[in-house]
Amino acid sequence: MSTPVVHDPTTLPSDDNVDSYTFCVELKGSPWFLQKGKMIAYYGSIEFNGIGHGRLDRLLRTSFHSPLHAGDWVVAEGSGKMLLADRAFDVNSFDLDEGNLTIRAGNLLAYQPSLSLKQSIVPGFLTLIGTGKFVAASNGPVVFMEPPLRVDPQALVGWADCPSPCHHYDHGYMSGILGGLRSLTGIGGTSGEEHQFEFVGAGTVLLQSTELLMAEQPTGAIGGEPGVPGGHGFPGGAGQQGSVPRLPGQLGDLQRRFGL
Amino acid sequence: MAVHFAKPLSGSGSSLRTLFRPRVCRYLPSVAMFRLQGSKVLAVDMTGDSVKAKNGSMVAYEGQMAFKKMTGGGEGLRGMVTRRLTGEQMTVMEVRGQGTCYFADRASEINLVRLTGDTLHVEAGNLLCTDGGLRTGTTFTGLRGASQGTGLFTTTVEGTGQVAMMSDGPAVVLRVTPQYPLSVDPGAYIAHQGNLRQDLQSGVTFRTFLGEGGGEAFQIRFEGDGLVYVQPSERTTAGGDL
Repeated sequence: MSTPVVHDPTTLPSDDNVDSYTFCVELKGSPWFLQKGKMIAYYGSIEFNGIGHGRLDRLLRTSFHSPLHAGDWVVAEGSGKMLLADRAFDVNSFDLDEGNLTIRAGNLLAYQPSLSLKQSIVPGFLTLIGTGKFVAASNGPVVFMEPPLRVDPQALVGWADCPSPCHHYDHGYMSGILGGLRSLTGIGGTSGEEHQFEFVGAGTVLLQSTELLMAEQPTGAIGGEPGVPGGHGFPGGAGQQGSVPRLPGQLGDLQRRFGL
Repeated sequence: MAVHFAKPLSGSGSSLRTLFRPRVCRYLPSVAMFRLQGSKVLAVDMTGDSVKAKNGSMVAYEGQMAFKKMTGGGEGLRGMVTRRLTGEQMTVMEVRGQGTCYFADRASEINLVRLTGDTLHVEAGNLLCTDGGLRTGTTFTGLRGASQGTGLFTTTVEGTGQVAMMSDGPAVVLRVTPQYPLSVDPGAYIAHQGNLRQDLQSGVTFRTFLGEGGGEAFQIRFEGDGLVYVQPSERTTAGGDL
């Protein structure tokens, strides 16, 4: 029988992985932002406060700009060592140096306040800007890829620097009358891989090695404002609201194509 | 008495036996040998002795084995009634025989613990297999159990021998000493051993009720001397998202 490794505060690593599934954060004065419920154990005296705590106002002003996700985040302060884990998923830390990284909201576990967290224009994603360390979970190890490439939506964890993320549809299978019928009705079957995310430009794309997504919590929608994607504040958008909901990748309604 | 192994089931040379050579424990001849086959399968080498295992967790065996359901966890009538009353029920079978028996359950990670006269406190649902010579029982845990959603009682294992526990992801073993007390999220706690005092710490304030809680409303604080086993995953607990 192999004896398991027994950890105590002196042998636990400082801001590093204990094993592939557990990450140890050493708190010494400087706070950490933490997603709720990801702390599994800690040594020392650490205090957890919700984002709405008045004392944290100054900290929030510099490093938290995501009102939609405010309910999911807490600030850990104090001194000691804290273990983070998430549903036995792989956990990794990443260092950003004067950079930016956009990540699926559910995958981010914790970050240093020297980074600032902002909501991405892409719904469901968060952007980290600045210098510092953050911890992210993924289902299976993370793979780093260079654009240009197309990735499966479920395997995408995030992207760094400035590749341009866009949707890509394989229109080949939808061309012609038969193809159109097929894409509308699903008769004839689809391969399930007609829709991808495409990345072009300089940067790095992070993928997880399965297509299992983390459970996402509904966070509401951003306020209605003209020009904001997902804000439903489009002034002339009323004409579209009434029409039949369209499948992703479909080429727009007939009347629109005829300019009616 | 030498440890005897039955012939492998298949006649070919690439049987499990030749792929995974067991470490034979010569100084404890009549005690079942627990070892891990990968991280999710437990292999137990037996020479006529017995182990207690979670009902239905056997996946394969070599040699001669007899499986007997033990009513009430094999703790007699009193134990049976206690388990029924406390809700800390486990269905246990006794496995006795000659050869190697393999156990696994829902691909959970398996952790081996060796007990030398001390007591292991573990949730009944996390217990996979114990040496036949170990005594199991139930104990009151107080409020911790309530916050964990696993009931007010927990299972104890005491004596000398090996225990196999299951966890969602490999467990992290944390040492608690008088100068380093430890706080654990109730959802990630699986077991502890040694001379530990535990109490429930609550961070519930008026902010929790405004939906602005710290997210970690309940913690179990361990003080004293011993080991705590924590899994890298959280069960849904009563105090879950407060």
